[in-house]
Amino acid sequence: MLDARQITVDYGRTRILHAVDFTAWPGRVVAIVGPNGSGKTTLMRALTGEAEYGGQVTLSGHDIAAAKPWDLAAIRGVLPQATPLAFPFTVVEVVRLGLSRGVAAADTGLIGQALARVGLSGFEGRFYQELSGGEQQRVQLARVLAQVWQPVENGTPRWLFLDEPVSALDIGHQLQVMQIARDYADAGGGVVAVMHDLNLTAIFADQVALISRGHILGQAAPADILRDDLLSRAYDCAVRVNTAPASGTFILPHAARMAAE
Amino acid sequence: MQDIEAAAHLPGDRSRQARALSGLLLVLLGFAALLSLGTGASGVSLGAAAKSLVTAQELSPRDRIVLFDIRLPRMVMGVLVGAALAVSGAVMQGLFRNPLADPGLVGVSAGAGLGAITAIVLGGLLPASAAALFGYYLVPVAAFFGGWATTLILYRVSTRRGRTSVATMLLAGIALGALAGAVQGILVYVADDAQLRTLTFWGMGSVAGATWSKVLAAAPLICLALATAPFLARGLNALALGEAAAAHIGIPVQRLKNTAILMVAGAVGAAVAVSGGIGFVGIVVPHLLRLVVGPDHRFLLLNSALLGAALLLCADVISRTIIAPAELPIGIVTAVLGGPFFLWILLRQRGLLDM
Ligand SMILES: Nc1ncnc2c1ncn2[C@@H]1O[C@H](COP(=O)(O)OP(=O)(O)OP(=O)(O)O)[C@@H](O)[C@H]1O
Ligand SMILES: [Mg+2]
Repeated sequence: MLDARQITVDYGRTRILHAVDFTAWPGRVVAIVGPNGSGKTTLMRALTGEAEYGGQVTLSGHDIAAAKPWDLAAIRGVLPQATPLAFPFTVVEVVRLGLSRGVAAADTGLIGQALARVGLSGFEGRFYQELSGGEQQRVQLARVLAQVWQPVENGTPRWLFLDEPVSALDIGHQLQVMQIARDYADAGGGVVAVMHDLNLTAIFADQVALISRGHILGQAAPADILRDDLLSRAYDCAVRVNTAPASGTFILPHAARMAAE
Repeated sequence: MQDIEAAAHLPGDRSRQARALSGLLLVLLGFAALLSLGTGASGVSLGAAAKSLVTAQELSPRDRIVLFDIRLPRMVMGVLVGAALAVSGAVMQGLFRNPLADPGLVGVSAGAGLGAITAIVLGGLLPASAAALFGYYLVPVAAFFGGWATTLILYRVSTRRGRTSVATMLLAGIALGALAGAVQGILVYVADDAQLRTLTFWGMGSVAGATWSKVLAAAPLICLALATAPFLARGLNALALGEAAAAHIGIPVQRLKNTAILMVAGAVGAAVAVSGGIGFVGIVVPHLLRLVVGPDHRFLLLNSALLGAALLLCADVISRTIIAPAELPIGIVTAVLGGPFFLWILLRQRGLLDM
């Protein structure tokens, strides 16, 4: 389980996160939502040990602040919000970066499977820097998947930390990638994903944490967080949540809906 | 997500080509070494040189001295310096995630140069006993410490709370290089005519005058640095994704950076100490190899060492034949060959360099 207690993060003199509590479990997809600049990426950086933080983060028994990078790498993969690449690696070479030393012998099989999983079979020999933004994002996801391919290994659950995994994707690939996250959790792994698309969140997440200005407004099941009042307050705009049983949950900005009618 | 079976060779996997290239480069290095042994003012031929490797006693004493005390140390020095410069370049570029980064760029070469020039100009002011103590080693020793000191200062400036900012380090390296250049300029002002000639010659770089004692002075540090390089390969690959992503893959980033900096300081310091400022090897060689077999450091570092050594030997052969019986400093040869070549690479690869 991932347990974060009283997380504070400062950039210089500015406090970005104010004593945030956050929890995630194996077998579940936990989404972090909130407006731009509210601290989602910052929270993610604290949870993965990338940012210095006050408080305590424990991931499957490891204290994140004290754990060795290779121990953490064995149990969790991290997809950053944006990943620049310095040199002209091919797609295969990028995905291989995710593999630890031990699995190198069988790497061609795993690389191919990871690429197939994100719908990029046939892209193996392409240069990463010559791909479209959405294709690059999926190559990075394949790299992260290759790192922690088995959701459970030796009885220990593994984790995916995804910062806006579908931000550059079309609707079909959004569903594909969210399904990967869903399947990973269903197979026993843990998934923490920063999301902007509240509709996808409603469909795929088991839990939603809503952040606003560095505070957690709540963490609970989607139906308890994705509500008109909470969302309108957090995003500072009128939001309407439609929960008609027949059509499922969908969320619209209120003003746009009004204008359209 | 279960079965992991080794599938067929993947299209974008260039590791086979990279391994094959290592074999090719090894052969090339062998040829370059023979060429280097067989070329020179004294007229000992390549055939005689090859034969001598099997049966040393067939040579005249004079030829034996030419081969084993002049050309062989020079060849070994060329191999060491070429490998050191090329691998340092590759490691620097991986560390800075920038194909244009170079040991010269972070001030290591400039610092080493400043040390050497200080020794050349102010060495005459030393009491005779001190000068005698250092003797031949005064300039190399000073160059090594200059490079080392620059690296330490650079490291202090750009490291905060145990983390090195690559951007700060690059900029600090430029500042330190400029500073070293300014001090060098002042020293040149106070140098006399004879010292100026030494300075010019040294500044252009040369492996002429290599002796076994010089080789032995540089070899341990260079060999240690080169032996460290393979352990950096996986980390440097991961670093291409940025420091944060590299850490997430399991790389101890801070340790990687420390080791890489020490490795470069050692290799460049020792190389500059014995051969002066030989430019372009550290930037052209890795660049060329990246174009051919890609940026994977597991192969790039070894191939850089082989190609760097071979290239330096060839440049050295050119330097001692093109205006024979006189010799051109090898730094001029590498600059004349490497400069336009590098510009050509830049023109062709402009897109990939915009990062
Ligand atoms: N390196 C930094 N230095 C200073 N301030 C920063 C830094 N990174 C982020 N911030 C600030 O911290 C706050 C939270 O940023 P964060 O990246 O966590 O937002 P976010 O919720 O992920 O937003 P987005 O939806 O745009 O990705 C913002 O106000 C941002 O300006
Ligand atoms: Mg963000």
